[in-house]
Amino acid sequence: MDNIQYILNGMMREALSPQTAAVAIAVIGLNIHFGYTGLINIGQSAFMLLGAYGFAIAIWHGLPMIVGILLGFGAAFVFALVLGAPTLKLRGDYLAIVTISAAEIIRYVGRSSLLTDFTGSAQGIPGSQYRDPFTGLSFFGGGSFTLIPFNYADVADGAAWVRLLGWLLAIVSIAALVYVLRSGDRFSGGARKGLVVLLVVWIVLLLLFLFPVANQRTGVNGWWVRFIAWSLVLLCSFLVYLLVSSPWGRLLRGIREDEDAVRSLGKNVFAIKMQALVIGGLFGALGGMMYVLPASVQPDSMGRSLTFFCYTALLLGGAATIFGPVLGSVIFFAARIGIKYTAAAYVPDSVLNGQQTEQFSYIVVGVALMLIVIFRPQGILGNKRELQFNV
Amino acid sequence: MSDATISPSGLADPAARAALVAGFDAVPGAPKPDPILVVDNIVRQFGGMTAVDVQHLEVQRGIITALIGPNGAGKTTFFNLVTGFDRATTAGKGAHWSFDGRTLDKTSASSVAKAGMVRTFQLTKALNAMTVIDNMMLGAQGQVGENLLRSVFRPAWRDQEREVEAKADELLQRFKLYEKKYDYAGSLSGGQRKLLEMARALMSDPKMIMLDEPMAGVNPALTQSLLGHIQALRDEGMTVLFVEHDMHVVRHISDWVAVMAEGRLVAEGPADTVMSNPAVIDAYLGAHHDTDLGDDSLLSDEVLEELAEEVAAEDAEREAEEQAEGLR
Amino acid sequence: MTRPTARQRVVSRGASGALLALLLLPLLLLIGSPPASAVDTLCLPGPDKACIAGTLRTDAGVLPDVTLTITDEAGTVTEVTTSETGKWNLQVDKEGTYVVKLDESTLPKDLTVDTGEVTVQAKFGATVPALLTVRTADYSASTSKFDELLQSSVNGIRLGLLLALASVGLSLIYGTTGLSNFAHAEQVTLGGMLGYWLVNLHSMNLWLGGVLVVLLCSGTGWLQDRALWQPLRRRGLGLIQLMIVTIGLSLALQYTFQLLVGARTVRVVQENPAVSEFGPVTITHQSLVAMGISIVVLAAVGYALLRTRIGRATRAVSDNPALASASGIDTDRVIRLVWTVAMGLAGLSGLLYALVVNGIKWDSGMQILLLLFAAVTLGGLGTAFGALIGALIIGLVVELSPVLGMPGDFKYATAMLILILLLLVRPQGLLGKAQRVG
Repeated sequence: MDNIQYILNGMMREALSPQTAAVAIAVIGLNIHFGYTGLINIGQSAFMLLGAYGFAIAIWHGLPMIVGILLGFGAAFVFALVLGAPTLKLRGDYLAIVTISAAEIIRYVGRSSLLTDFTGSAQGIPGSQYRDPFTGLSFFGGGSFTLIPFNYADVADGAAWVRLLGWLLAIVSIAALVYVLRSGDRFSGGARKGLVVLLVVWIVLLLLFLFPVANQRTGVNGWWVRFIAWSLVLLCSFLVYLLVSSPWGRLLRGIREDEDAVRSLGKNVFAIKMQALVIGGLFGALGGMMYVLPASVQPDSMGRSLTFFCYTALLLGGAATIFGPVLGSVIFFAARIGIKYTAAAYVPDSVLNGQQTEQFSYIVVGVALMLIVIFRPQGILGNKRELQFNV
Repeated sequence: MSDATISPSGLADPAARAALVAGFDAVPGAPKPDPILVVDNIVRQFGGMTAVDVQHLEVQRGIITALIGPNGAGKTTFFNLVTGFDRATTAGKGAHWSFDGRTLDKTSASSVAKAGMVRTFQLTKALNAMTVIDNMMLGAQGQVGENLLRSVFRPAWRDQEREVEAKADELLQRFKLYEKKYDYAGSLSGGQRKLLEMARALMSDPKMIMLDEPMAGVNPALTQSLLGHIQALRDEGMTVLFVEHDMHVVRHISDWVAVMAEGRLVAEGPADTVMSNPAVIDAYLGAHHDTDLGDDSLLSDEVLEELAEEVAAEDAEREAEEQAEGLR
Repeated sequence: MTRPTARQRVVSRGASGALLALLLLPLLLLIGSPPASAVDTLCLPGPDKACIAGTLRTDAGVLPDVTLTITDEAGTVTEVTTSETGKWNLQVDKEGTYVVKLDESTLPKDLTVDTGEVTVQAKFGATVPALLTVRTADYSASTSKFDELLQSSVNGIRLGLLLALASVGLSLIYGTTGLSNFAHAEQVTLGGMLGYWLVNLHSMNLWLGGVLVVLLCSGTGWLQDRALWQPLRRRGLGLIQLMIVTIGLSLALQYTFQLLVGARTVRVVQENPAVSEFGPVTITHQSLVAMGISIVVLAAVGYALLRTRIGRATRAVSDNPALASASGIDTDRVIRLVWTVAMGLAGLSGLLYALVVNGIKWDSGMQILLLLFAAVTLGGLGTAFGALIGALIIGLVVELSPVLGMPGDFKYATAMLILILLLLVRPQGLLGKAQRVG
């Protein structure tokens, strides 16, 4: 019981963590590339790293935060142009090869000891060097805060039956949500939307009641950075919604399907692909900045694996959907921690020790990615008819 | 040049068209009184092999011109070259094409389409995972909402979007696809997809429409309606150039026929006379049609090898064409 | 000179940072069985602490027990000694200029000091590296630029040949199935790892073990196609989906290696390789043999592609699968064979790589993958001979660019830059056919 409570608490903490939000933002960008336009960018982590470097280096060297933000975006912008110019006129593989290689190059260069004064080489840049201007903006005050203040511990002193009942209720609620989502036409449009929103709010509150998360209000990794990160996630999702429901978004989907057809209709396919690459890259850079705010800039933590996480999260949630990236990221990170904690709690150390549970969770991620692509390419929210990944 | 004064609608009258084409010389590269498309010196080589070598071709405005030829004659490659989907080997070295009085020497596929020359594909490129209406609306030109910066401001393009949709509805009704408006294009039949592709091309208000094998893979019931649509377009003043190898179709609707063989333009003329041209018969039946295959002396190894080589060359060219067409 | 044994030399190539060491440390303690004295002391920079650190090594290995003196602005001298892994560090609580000097009397005899003294700027919250360079005497400072160029060219050709082994297979897979196989690199790692397992851990004869490694890798290729790729092709999975499957496979395999072997570098053979000298060029016997094997195997593959029935069938499938299938070639069989051979070649490449650069670790393959893709793209996607030429070019570029003035850290970047420039002017690659690119 306590083990399970501990594991689930850990998953909840991870689901709400600012780094999950940061990756969600990067995945939203990747969704523009891969989900909507069909660009195979396997270097999203480099966009993130560049955004983080631009942001951190500028502030570290005494420039105002706004300059740092612009520098991060600028670096990602230039990176997108450099990668796109030679490859966007060619078949998709070329972009894939060039992006994955360029991402590694950026990481090597960042690690280079020649650039220690800028990138801090392999050690990276500690968060303390660039975090202050951001935390300085906080109006959350000091101390700590538990979300939500009223939780299971307040009911019958958190007795086992309260929690069991709550978990059961949560499972039923989630099942109900899935049922409503899959029921198709059984409910009329407005009622269905309302029901979905109601259920989602209810489930979130219930989960927070069962697995309350306590953090500092402002601190290094507190509610302030969480608040900003998740607000940005919502903002980015809204922006993507506006973009893809416009004629521009229609062009993207057309290009994903068959760029020759779009070209034959007098559209400048190269320019539109470039725009998509740049926009998605800028989201990546923003994600990178949020990713390093509660931590430090570590080139090695923003390598291929991070890009692969982004893909897994995207495909899990559902490519070419608005909330797929967010849902995918939350589930992905929560599940990874869940696997890790479960392995640590129930598998004896002689079989898997602490370090190995981490590696085991990565293996599961890899296998999960393969299975999703093979058996459910549309993910949780995706539309199967729309997502056949035409080549 | 008095013919040039004929108003487009005047060409809806078969007699007027017959009178017009009767004035053309029936020779390859013949001059036309009012050409909408003129091409010169278009050569495309794949490796060492010349797939297309067209010295001069004019396409008359307002009529239906058919481009025919045996398999591997380079028709589709020629189409690709003209519409910017392939780059001529002679590009920048004497290749020249002008459309509607404008020179288009170095052009991309998109700018050719913007100039008013829109094409369809042999293997239909309906966007299967998009709805029929999305397919249609993609075809409209000059959409404000396709600008990245303005796309997020809905009011900037909402009115135009409504106009585009109204136009699309009209075309869908005309092509009898309106009931399928919200269906995925992938759920349509092959013929319906051809219709959709044509309707989508019309969304851009082209001056000339280029159809690559419009009848390929279409069931007989739809063929008639497709032909009707093509003729109706011509009667409204549109210029049509199409590639076809079904001679029935060609005879039925084309006003003028250009014949290609081995990459060259070998003949031009009205549909009913061009087929009796010896160059055309040669092209279709091969240079060996007059040799008696019963003659045992022909079965020597050299002759057989020669034949095998010819077949291989044709295969290779067809393959090259397919690849150039973007069968990636 | 004294050299640490392989077990002690658990140093990750190129990653000498204290932080990385911190990450590695638990693993080393858990998995390896290094003598206790080999544990590096750590220096963690803090808000009011800075670290100066480095690793002392020559081209032949790390240097333990060498004394360094570090002088601060005030003239205070501190002495540090390098650890078993050649590492040293010092924590200082003042920012400013420090002079790091090598005590040459503590060096092993046959070594020459290139840079014996450096000045570094310590900053709070950071570890500054101080790079001191020492060379073995025969690789002395008298080495002329030309000699250096010659040595690097040989190294470049060596790397190129090893890359070629793997990239020919990558290219053949791409040609016959259209798939960019991102898990190819893990097959390279697998070759090295199997070599470590058989030859090092189970003391098998190197030649016998090598043959077994190649056979086992080929077997995994056969199995992969049988169990994974062929069923997926039958299912009609798109190429992009397949590509993502290879990415997932690559991730899973990488961490499987890490789970089984750890993050350390492992060696196939324990002994230090014997060295030959040809004028200014020094090369290990293992390298010579590896190059020989590579050339023979590549020639055999080339011969098979050009002259044998199955080779011609492979090229036919590469050119046009539909046509090949229509003319009676069993494409599935050809593809199965291609997977088998390609994985065997990749395994051989990994084994030789592990022998030549003295070790392999869980992500060695991934580092090579970039070079493989660069090679394959440079030569023209899907052309086996293009891949060969591309691999040689990339090998030379990577090894020569530091000699020609590119900082060593950027040598991979140079290869990338060349690739991007080439794509701009000749997208189909050196040997690719123009119309292959849509």
